[in-house]
Amino acid sequence: MKLSREVIHTEDKRKLQDISGEEILSCYQCGKCSAGCAMTSAMDLLPHQVIRLLQLGQVQEALDSKTIWVCASCLACSARCPRGMSLPNVMESLRSTFLRPGDRCLNPAEIPYELLEIVPEQALVAAFRKYT
Amino acid sequence: MKIGVFICHCGLNIGGVVDIPKVLEALSGYDSLGHVTDYRYMCSDPGQQLIKDAIRDKGLTGVVVAACSPAMHESTFRRTTEAASLNPFRCEMANIREQCSWPHRGEPEKATQKALEIIKASVEKVRKNQELSPLSIPVTRQALVIGGGIAGMQAALDIADAGYNVALVERLPYIGGHMAQLSETFPTLDCSQCILTPKSSEVGSHPNIDLFTNSEIHAISGYVGNFDVVIRRKAAYVNWDVCNGCGLCMEKCPVKTDSDFELRLAKTKAVSIAFPQAVPNRPVINSEVCRHFTQGKCGVCEKVCPVGAINFRQEDAIIDRKVGAVVVATGYDLHPKTRVGEYGYGVAKDVIDGLEFERLNSASGPTQGEIRRPSDGKIPKEVVFIQCVGSRDQENGYPYCSKICCMYTAKHARLYKHKVPDGQPYVFYMDIRAGGKGYEEFVQRATEEEGVLYLRGRVSRVFEEDGKIVVFGVDTLSNKKVEIHADMVVLATAIVPAHGQTELARLLKISTDEWGFLSEAHPKLRPVESLTRGIYIAGCAQAPKDIPDSVTQAGSAAAKVLALFSSDTLSHTPEVAVVDEEICRGCGLCVEVCAYDARTLDMRRNLAVVNEVLCEGCGACQVACPSGATCQRNMDTAQVMSMIDAVI
Repeated sequence: MKLSREVIHTEDKRKLQDISGEEILSCYQCGKCSAGCAMTSAMDLLPHQVIRLLQLGQVQEALDSKTIWVCASCLACSARCPRGMSLPNVMESLRSTFLRPGDRCLNPAEIPYELLEIVPEQALVAAFRKYT
Repeated sequence: MKIGVFICHCGLNIGGVVDIPKVLEALSGYDSLGHVTDYRYMCSDPGQQLIKDAIRDKGLTGVVVAACSPAMHESTFRRTTEAASLNPFRCEMANIREQCSWPHRGEPEKATQKALEIIKASVEKVRKNQELSPLSIPVTRQALVIGGGIAGMQAALDIADAGYNVALVERLPYIGGHMAQLSETFPTLDCSQCILTPKSSEVGSHPNIDLFTNSEIHAISGYVGNFDVVIRRKAAYVNWDVCNGCGLCMEKCPVKTDSDFELRLAKTKAVSIAFPQAVPNRPVINSEVCRHFTQGKCGVCEKVCPVGAINFRQEDAIIDRKVGAVVVATGYDLHPKTRVGEYGYGVAKDVIDGLEFERLNSASGPTQGEIRRPSDGKIPKEVVFIQCVGSRDQENGYPYCSKICCMYTAKHARLYKHKVPDGQPYVFYMDIRAGGKGYEEFVQRATEEEGVLYLRGRVSRVFEEDGKIVVFGVDTLSNKKVEIHADMVVLATAIVPAHGQTELARLLKISTDEWGFLSEAHPKLRPVESLTRGIYIAGCAQAPKDIPDSVTQAGSAAAKVLALFSSDTLSHTPEVAVVDEEICRGCGLCVEVCAYDARTLDMRRNLAVVNEVLCEGCGACQVACPSGATCQRNMDTAQVMSMIDAVI
């Protein structure tokens, strides 16, 4: 990974900070968020690792991770964060950045009928909320 | 003779291993014991009361306290004995903790037997102990402070303010030490010179301080209260008494040379004052480069000096002083970056160390405080700071933490960002150690508000390529290797003792650790005393530390000196070597073995004599003496023999 001013301070990162309202550099990587996260078994990156990637300007790698979709926004991490950072806000900003181009939203027509029969309504609503 | 034995359990330290009831029982029939008892904590007030009561009620004439090492509590129990009107030298410690219960934890039966033997031997010793009284030593109430950095200055001021004369000896021509080279200080970012100069000028003009700059300790002898010091004042080739510091000589001097004060980042003249606020504000001629000395010509300074202060024939001056106490505050050096191969051996001009960065950032420095890299004077836009260079590196440097680098690196990165707002500072670190008032907050501000990017990991290699300094590192938080093409690299090199400190320690007969830092008498409870009485230590000479800690330690050393000066005389243990003049034949073996210079030969009488004040009662001379003329008070040969008899 080559680091430089251009790599660290990208337009994407600035937008993420604007959307989330969080100062990414205020995280000191203690890992308490990851330690208490209930969803880590389904994540490819731990929550604090996502933040670290953003600190290093590696926005694309964060956007490519499963973690941002697995986050349930339960707020356990932000309630415990010693630096007062809201990770769910950052995760949400990553998701909306991913979806912003408009071609990656959940299209109801594309959902297989068989799946619709078994999926709980609540999950469907949540999916629309998350993927649109 | 009625001897009392008092056995301490020391909680479970002794009681958990040694079978104390068994020891008590075994002692019950022992010859001439007037009283035998035990207690859970003998050093506690009730424990001591037990001893006092027994001395009075049973009319004891000797006391054995079987407990810990005499180094720990001998003075406690001797005070107890004295309080009960028994001569304190009739009290002995039997060490059944450090020398018995602790090392033999796994063998309680044997430990019990050994404890009994140790106690019996001590009883035999006390049986023949004489009543002694402490020796009295006169005190010269003047101090010597070696080193004129912030620690030495503070110690000198505190002693001088209390009304005693201080000789402050500094190797360089000016006082202030490394603090004079710093730009700003953490965690408040106030200018180092601004807080230093009031102190240095106070030292310079204090009526009780005799300032010897450009001077070194040539020799020192004597002992607590009575040291004889020889100070060598190196020739400055300028008569400082006449010179008025006008600076005309510097202006006209034609010879330019690298400035040591500016760490060779700037030039100075062959005759120079290191920096504008220097105390004393007097120039020194560098005879290694001065044309008068190297080529036998020039002499411009002599011609232009309006007061005739230049004196090429000046010689080193020798000054004798008598002092009662010494404070050693000789400071530190940085581990040379030329020794760090993987970071370019200091060959790349734009790889600098922390002190060099201080000079770059200083308003009076080579760049007038603008951050410009040494090679081409460009303003660096990407700067990499590397911590732990030599520190915490057992294999290639030193195992210890240099303590101040985390903080000064955070300071450097922030100061850089203040001066180059569009620049990016990176800090490679292993851990951030920011223990101290306001320190952690200072570091957090660097990351959160100033955008300093901290990367957790060591840098493996630094090299020059196309006008950039390439840094190969790693970020262990993201598990990624990192490559940065930087404009400048700042190494936080390890703090090492000032050059020449080991030689000085040898001169003073005080000990150092394996890295050359001065050893304190006790790491927690006697942190400013050396093992030699009357010699105190302060500042980075003892271990790496920051300015507040150095000032604190210096004040504490001064307090110790003032306590020493609080009376005309000092007391010294009478348990020292004595010579039977009838037997001594003056062979001088005792003189050779004495580690404290306490033994000398009286050539006139052909006898060996003891300087009782210097004698530490180690017993080496007693062992060495072939005729048995030397013995130690309260540890004579007959006592030793009966102690051995008691054990076998």
